[in-house]
Amino acid sequence: MTAIPIVRGRWPGDEDSGATAGPGLITPPPMETDEPRSKNFSSTRNACKLCTPLGACLVFRGIEGCIPFLHGSQGCSTYIRRYLISHFREPMDIASSNFHEESAIFGGSANFQTGMMNVLRQYQPQLIGAATTCLAETIGEDMPRLLLDLREKHREGVTAPIVTVSTASYRGTHIDGFHAAVKALVEQLGQAGKKTGAVNLFPGMVSASDLRHLKEILTDFGLNYTLLPDYSETMDGETWSQYEKLQSGGTPLAAIAATGSAAASIEFGRTLADTETAGTSLQMKFNVARLLAGLPIGIRETDAFFALLAALSGREMPVKYSRERGRLVDSLIDGHKYVFEKRAVVYGEEDLVVGLASFLCEIGVTPVLCASGGRSRLFEKALREAAPSLPAETLVKEGFDFAEISELAPSLKPDFLIGSSKGYQTARSLGVPLVRVGFPIHDRIGGQRVLHVGYRGAQELHDRIVNALLEVKQDDSDVGYAYL
Amino acid sequence: MIELLPEREPQVVRKTDGVPAADMACGKASAAGSVSQRACVFCGSRVVLYPICDALHIVHGPIGCAAYTWDIRGALSSGPQLHRNSFSTDLQEMDVIFGGEKKLEAGLLELITHYKPKAAFIYSTCIVGLIGDDVSAVCRRVAEKTGIPVLPVHSEGFKGTKKDGYRAACEALYKLVGTGDTTGIGPHSINILGEFNLAGETWILRDYYKRLGIEVVACITGDSRIEDIRRCHGARLNLVQCSGSMTHLAKMLERDHGIPFKRVSYFGIEDMSAALYEAAKYFSDDPTIMSRAQELVREEIATIYPELQRYKQKLIGKKAAIYVGGAFKAFSLVRALRLLGMETAVVGSQTGDMEDYRQLQEISDPGTIIVDDSNPLELAKFCLEKDVDLFIGGVKERPIAYKLGIGFCDHNHERKEPLAGFIGMLNFAKEVYASVASPVWQFAPRRANRVKEATTA
Repeated sequence: MTAIPIVRGRWPGDEDSGATAGPGLITPPPMETDEPRSKNFSSTRNACKLCTPLGACLVFRGIEGCIPFLHGSQGCSTYIRRYLISHFREPMDIASSNFHEESAIFGGSANFQTGMMNVLRQYQPQLIGAATTCLAETIGEDMPRLLLDLREKHREGVTAPIVTVSTASYRGTHIDGFHAAVKALVEQLGQAGKKTGAVNLFPGMVSASDLRHLKEILTDFGLNYTLLPDYSETMDGETWSQYEKLQSGGTPLAAIAATGSAAASIEFGRTLADTETAGTSLQMKFNVARLLAGLPIGIRETDAFFALLAALSGREMPVKYSRERGRLVDSLIDGHKYVFEKRAVVYGEEDLVVGLASFLCEIGVTPVLCASGGRSRLFEKALREAAPSLPAETLVKEGFDFAEISELAPSLKPDFLIGSSKGYQTARSLGVPLVRVGFPIHDRIGGQRVLHVGYRGAQELHDRIVNALLEVKQDDSDVGYAYL
Repeated sequence: MIELLPEREPQVVRKTDGVPAADMACGKASAAGSVSQRACVFCGSRVVLYPICDALHIVHGPIGCAAYTWDIRGALSSGPQLHRNSFSTDLQEMDVIFGGEKKLEAGLLELITHYKPKAAFIYSTCIVGLIGDDVSAVCRRVAEKTGIPVLPVHSEGFKGTKKDGYRAACEALYKLVGTGDTTGIGPHSINILGEFNLAGETWILRDYYKRLGIEVVACITGDSRIEDIRRCHGARLNLVQCSGSMTHLAKMLERDHGIPFKRVSYFGIEDMSAALYEAAKYFSDDPTIMSRAQELVREEIATIYPELQRYKQKLIGKKAAIYVGGAFKAFSLVRALRLLGMETAVVGSQTGDMEDYRQLQEISDPGTIIVDDSNPLELAKFCLEKDVDLFIGGVKERPIAYKLGIGFCDHNHERKEPLAGFIGMLNFAKEVYASVASPVWQFAPRRANRVKEATTA
């Protein structure tokens, strides 16, 4: 077991099975204040993050028959819908309790109840995922209490289970909301049971293509699994012959119940080491081993993931994937001169940046700035662990925004930017290409189909990066060769 | 099978022949849990003020409200681009506990020093009042220190509907009105209210008025500058396009400065022409304005007419559903579609009032479904029932249409194609045609099944 390249984690029976701490865990740096900027701005200018409930809503749409429900103002649900629809180009219904002034004064119970009953009636969901907003949290809404009131008043009318999660937008970012919702789901729906050999995979906020690829990999290893969440079909589905109130697909409720009897949970996200998550919760409650791994972007992180699956399944890596890896290496060699010592600005969610930077270092690209709006306090550590060859002078910035990225970038002379479409203005002002990955991609079609994970994902990223640089070279040439 | 929620039924009517227009319920808060397409008070304020391009717009609250409204409008500026940034106090837990005033004040001073805006708008979001921040007091202090107008916008999301947000925006704007120098403003001068320069539409309209010999003092708020707004009380007539958002401002200008206002629309040939004639009629002391207007209309229509006819050939008899923010735009769209030979089978808005819906019923064909504050399930239901070929709406409506194999035209504030003016009518026709006539629909299951059924029958 010790040979498995687990980033951090433990098996049941390991000594001191206290929550998350693994061997070699460093003490987090002292708490920062809410004003970590050394710069001249205490405001956020063009945020490199979104609000907490967005992540929770996306998770809930990755559960079969589940409708997200926000306890707060109407705007929260509408803005989040619009933002997600613009990326996924799929319907995204999010109900709202639609607070009024009276709700803010006397509590939102009445609106919560009306809203819930209307949603149950209109959507006949299998599950309602209720997340709070800053408004509900500020007036101190007690969600368990609201649920009790609802059940008391409507009893058999409440035809679906309701999972609640606290997602105050003044606490964390959309990624924190995402992980909190996954945790809430396993805590409120996970059940004890006879141990199976199944595996839970909590992939974090990846693309619909990533989710499909992860399912394929797990299946090819012959593993029974719960992938939570799974919006690969709900948020990247087919055109309908009949209207679907809630798009089909998603993690079945039975699969969430089964997370408690799984053998292990794999959780992607090196920066989650200090966080209580679905993985730590299942470990504590049901003794399901939590295996924390890096998001499998690039060769080494993917190797580690495949080794983990090999150990868990007792099978070797299927030939299909060793061939993919082989082709990937072959293409890295084909492309190496075009990318070597090129300079990249990498931004986005911390764990995405960790994975991307790790891959960039593997192919000889120098990440000159790694920036995120998140503040795990583990960002730099995770980066340096995943990408040991990351230069010491690489700037690593937590709690950063796009204005700061734009201000730093010119002096760093990057050859390209890699991240969401929100970096476009920066890339444009620098006159360098933007390789669009992650979320959101609002200015291109197919954001939900960008593949990041696995050897196949690395292949896609590699080809896109090389081609972006080749295009610059070609466009900048006076001659304009069609043969490069 | 999709059923209407009982509490939603009064907000849906079907026009029937010979029956007087029924009164429709509207103007009320969205039913909880109904998945309304509306946003909130903040949204109303933010969309109205957003295009003022030399102002600093800072959202006071946690990050979401600012993040979701970063550079989303298609509102263009001919100069400063400051409005396209997203500034937020990004309140954190400690701020919620101890209050966010200090952070707001510090943030404002830094941003104003750095970006040198001509004014600053401070949008209050849901929690600001609850944590006890006195935003007005901060604004006063910062205005004193910086010497620019610093205007609070009372846009807490839950304090009403989007319409209350429009009102809050008008109130904030009105603090600027009357503070500028009106010297040099001529007798044939107007303000355009509720026009936001999406994809450069304001520039098209300014050109028309210029050709008529009418001076546009301020367009509020498309491509506007703080200075324009300060002196807009010097104009002789206000033309209000997006009446839902700007009638309040027009009424205040009428009350205090005696400037009359007229509702106009710049969408479609008929409404665009009427809007020009309206101003020309008002300035009848100079009859050359009217003759120039007639000439302009003739010229512009002659330019676009042949191509419009080509699209009409392809679109004639097709059915459309319209769901937009303001009802006044819906009138124009019904007429514009009719010009293309299309029928409107479903029409609705987020914020229409009783009078709007009465008028909509008047101009609609029998059988048309008219709906206030609808939601995805209802809209899908109506589209299926009426078997429409086209949906006109915004981003949130687009997937409803596409999933059902229905064409779509984006007529929301994010659009990047100018749809106002005569040239806008042509763009509109092109866009409708590009979607409705696309060959891709043959593969959409609903359409494909229908072909299959027809051939096997």
